[in-house]
Amino acid sequence: MFGKLTIEALPLYSAIAAGGALVTVGGAALVVLVITWLRAWKYLWTEWLTSVDHKRIGVMYIVLALIMLLRGFVDAIMMRAQQAMALNSGGYLPPEHFDQIFSSHGTIMIFFMAMPFMTGLVNLAMPLQIGTRDVAFPFLNSLSLWLSAAGAGLVMVSLVIGKFSTAGWTGYPPYSGIQYNPGVGVDYWIWALLISGIGSTLSGINFVVTILKRRAPGMTLMRMTPFTWTALVTSVLMIFAFPALTVACGLLALDRLLGMHFFTNDHGGNMMNYVNLFWIWGHPEVYILILPAFGVFSEVVSTFARKRLFGYESLVYATAAIGLLSFTVWLHHFFTMGSSATVNAFFGIMTMIIAVPTGVKVFNWLLTMYRGRISFHPSMLFTIGFIVTFVIGGMTGVLLAMPPADFLLHNTTFLVAHFHNMIIPGVLFGYLAGYMYWFPKAFGFKMNEPWGVRAFWFWIVGFYLAFMPLYVLGFMGMPRRMEQYNDPAWAPWLMAAAAGAFLILIGIACLAMQVLATFRDRRRDADVTGDPYDGRTLEWATASPPPAYNFAILPQVRDREPLLDMKERGVAWQKPAKYEDIEMPKSSAVGVVMGAFAFGLGFAMVWHIWWLAAACGLVMWVTMIVRSSDDDQEYRLSAAEVARIEEARYRALGSRA
Amino acid sequence: MSTRPGTMAAHGGGGSEAAELHEQRALGFWLYLMSDAIIFALLFMTYGIMAGNTDGGPTGKSLFDLSNAAYETALLLVSSMTFGFASLAARDGNRGAVLGWLVLTFVLGAGFVFLEVREFVGMIGAGAGPDRSGFLSAFFTLVGTHGVHVSTGLVWILIMMGQVTVKGLTLPVTSRLFRLGLFWHFLDIAWVGIFSVVYLPGLM
Amino acid sequence: MALLAGGCDRMVVLNPKGPIADAERGLLIDAFSVMMLVIVPVIVMAFWFAWRYRASNRAARYEPKWAESKLVDSIVWLIPAAIVIAVAVLVWRSTHRLDPYRPIASDVPALDIQVVGQDWKWLFIYPEQGIATVNQMAIPAGRPISLRITSDTVMNSFYVPALAGQIYAMAGMQTRLQLLASQPGKFVGRNTQYSGDGFSDQFFEVLATTPAEFDAWVAKAKQSPDKLDPATYARLAVRSRNVPFTYYSTVEPKLFDSIISRYTHAHRMPEPAAAAPARR
Repeated sequence: MFGKLTIEALPLYSAIAAGGALVTVGGAALVVLVITWLRAWKYLWTEWLTSVDHKRIGVMYIVLALIMLLRGFVDAIMMRAQQAMALNSGGYLPPEHFDQIFSSHGTIMIFFMAMPFMTGLVNLAMPLQIGTRDVAFPFLNSLSLWLSAAGAGLVMVSLVIGKFSTAGWTGYPPYSGIQYNPGVGVDYWIWALLISGIGSTLSGINFVVTILKRRAPGMTLMRMTPFTWTALVTSVLMIFAFPALTVACGLLALDRLLGMHFFTNDHGGNMMNYVNLFWIWGHPEVYILILPAFGVFSEVVSTFARKRLFGYESLVYATAAIGLLSFTVWLHHFFTMGSSATVNAFFGIMTMIIAVPTGVKVFNWLLTMYRGRISFHPSMLFTIGFIVTFVIGGMTGVLLAMPPADFLLHNTTFLVAHFHNMIIPGVLFGYLAGYMYWFPKAFGFKMNEPWGVRAFWFWIVGFYLAFMPLYVLGFMGMPRRMEQYNDPAWAPWLMAAAAGAFLILIGIACLAMQVLATFRDRRRDADVTGDPYDGRTLEWATASPPPAYNFAILPQVRDREPLLDMKERGVAWQKPAKYEDIEMPKSSAVGVVMGAFAFGLGFAMVWHIWWLAAACGLVMWVTMIVRSSDDDQEYRLSAAEVARIEEARYRALGSRA
Repeated sequence: MSTRPGTMAAHGGGGSEAAELHEQRALGFWLYLMSDAIIFALLFMTYGIMAGNTDGGPTGKSLFDLSNAAYETALLLVSSMTFGFASLAARDGNRGAVLGWLVLTFVLGAGFVFLEVREFVGMIGAGAGPDRSGFLSAFFTLVGTHGVHVSTGLVWILIMMGQVTVKGLTLPVTSRLFRLGLFWHFLDIAWVGIFSVVYLPGLM
Repeated sequence: MALLAGGCDRMVVLNPKGPIADAERGLLIDAFSVMMLVIVPVIVMAFWFAWRYRASNRAARYEPKWAESKLVDSIVWLIPAAIVIAVAVLVWRSTHRLDPYRPIASDVPALDIQVVGQDWKWLFIYPEQGIATVNQMAIPAGRPISLRITSDTVMNSFYVPALAGQIYAMAGMQTRLQLLASQPGKFVGRNTQYSGDGFSDQFFEVLATTPAEFDAWVAKAKQSPDKLDPATYARLAVRSRNVPFTYYSTVEPKLFDSIISRYTHAHRMPEPAAAAPARR
């Protein structure tokens, strides 16, 4: 009746595991209680959960990302603490628990922190930047969000019922196969990835169609913002890369569920195939994550240096080149798997070639700062911190791209330091910069700057202290994923790394304080005009927050910096002669429903509760069919209604109208 | 799944908006098909690598029935043709003909699925199931994934028949038929690949 | 400072004890030096521009529209490209030279050792000497060692950083690695590919000796009462940790090949004694 699920699935075997479960359940209960006490369920349901508005969906993605950042960071600090104390000792975490933690840390940070954060920022800003009303497929947008949430839910529920995978975020077989790992952990991992992966593919499709088909009149491709360009290339990568992950996880699931032999040791299986399939997805994935961060940096640098972005065309070609090349380097993740020297060398060289367009971008950002007039908004601090720190990570990447050098450093903490050196200053700083930059647009008031500055300093100093020792440890030959070790020379470096993690913890606390202070001071820091930084691009032409339809009249674009151009011609914020009716998509509960049943399906597949899986699958099918047969999915805003909303805004703008 | 861009007076009336919507959905569907094509390409690649991994067990030569594969091919190819006629009838606004051709397409597609299921059941019964060897895992997954897609297409055909009956050949309905057509023809092409890469070499 | 000083020669990757690891380190240093040509200016420019062009510094020139320059663009593309070309040549040559399948050129004939990764220890078979050991691999210094590596469990990675880079060990397959210790010494070897609960304990000792000491070591092993026959092997392959150095005076002929063929043929050797414990 309940498949493999029994009472023993509860984490009563360890105090720490029980503690984790209690915090998770307690946290969820607390949230439910607070919403109930505020009597906000109806508001939440109608205004947020069922919304198909890209701005709302964007915010919800980012909320999901920030929550998962906390969870993933708890994993990190637990690991650092363990390794700091585990010299010739078991530390406080037995191997099986430690191994789940490093697996969930990576899985959460990549799939449920970085991907949602990126998708949220693109959702929030891109349609405003291209001057359109919403993405091409608003309902699909909502569906993507809830599928991602379902995947995150599966990872979170594994804290309470059952265990998570110990096979790392990469899940290599045969270790992750049914023979060596018969438990539910790997299955949680597989289904979380399969479900959220579909959401990501759909988002990719959505964004490409939006950018190609819905730009404002006059906005040629070469007049799009750099962030939109990176969103476009990223979305193409999502469409072409995620199928590889679906195949890798899908075949592993077939091995585990139906006893197939894709990746088993015997009966004709070949584990090397998994490694190839996984990384054919995995390498483009890191570019999916970094390109929008690069896009944010382009926007931020130009805005806060008050200067036109240098080398726009170069940046566009560099972005496209990076996108293309990202499919030609995947083997550098497994130089040590025994390929011939020619094959290894080829991929090593391709990996280096991809450093060229990246380097071009860094120079272009520096040249934008050159002879600009720079103000140090926290987003700008994150940008400068990124430039300085990311190039170190890039350098270590080129070192690792040389196969014989990689033979010495692969799977050591040097590798761990390298990729964190790319992801933290690159991806995370970029997303934090974007989050602080576009927050006023989403909510109508600015983020608290002092706490943002503090967050930056704790993050960057903490980063260096946490990860530079890992380079040293890599040179000392320390492998990654070690629950304990016996070399005393490693201990002081691991303690330094733990101290760094502690500083980052303070940085995260500063981010939380920033949110509190921001909401506390929201009236004082209100963004009345919608243009808090004297911006250059279209999103700053709208109110903060924009009305559902974004632009009452779609703007005519004549320049790559449309708002600046309009300001210089004196036509910014001009009241139009008359308004038209606007049709907007209706909210829909279908996305939430699909997400909930996708979660149920995943859970049922993990625990082999076949009837439940079939039932959830059927509900999802029927819901999709009913939804797709529905031709009445819009509501109409009359011109008078639009005029009323716009007049209110012009009154607020005062003398600018 | 719809939103219309707000209109400026210059954009004209509802007709071009709806056309834009159809274009966007068609583009979106093409992009989905491309991602599906990558899935098939990777399954083909996996099959190619594992075709020799028979683990001392049954090989393609001993299992594949060329005439069965030929019938499957014929059924699918003809069904693409009948769907083509359904598309033409939709363009001409001929509801009855659309339904007729869709029924025919469904029957041919169902025949394909029937033959494939029968082949699979036979193989499993003879101890050559997907859990016997890497080669067989790859075979069943590649061919089976295609079969699942065709079966999904069959369900979609039924849904469209329902929509055509109830709503008639409205623009949303015909634009869905268009996308179903893309899907169906794509599956045809994938099958030609399967026939060429799996059955033919397996028997040589 | 003490930390750094003490740490420096513990950084085994930067203190190689054999020519392969030495060449690999050389590569790291060369590439690092070349890249400093870009890294240092970028970091300097980042600080300098941020300082000089801060808004409060009215002395600095402000050119808000200067956003294009063909000359600057060319330099910006060409310099990274030139560096990459230089490093790429380095990569092509060194990757072929340091191919782990390529035997080390030497007057002395190579010593063959077969390596089997297990949970969670390493088995070393010396086919020429007819002995086998667990967790200790003795090698004569100055003589090239030619390794054939496989796994009898999940994917492992065989790694002796003082002497050479690593290579994966995979069941049903054989990979190769060459190494050479220039001088006698004791080095640590590890598995770097996570393989389960006992992963942290899966390290071994490489004992580089003089030729005479090596012969003595082999002779001692031949005195061992333990013999590596199929039954003993099956017991050994069961999961265990912290296995002390073990010596086997005789080895089942073609044991290494049969470990591999157990996974590749339909006809298999008997399974190891106890299966993996069921875990939730």
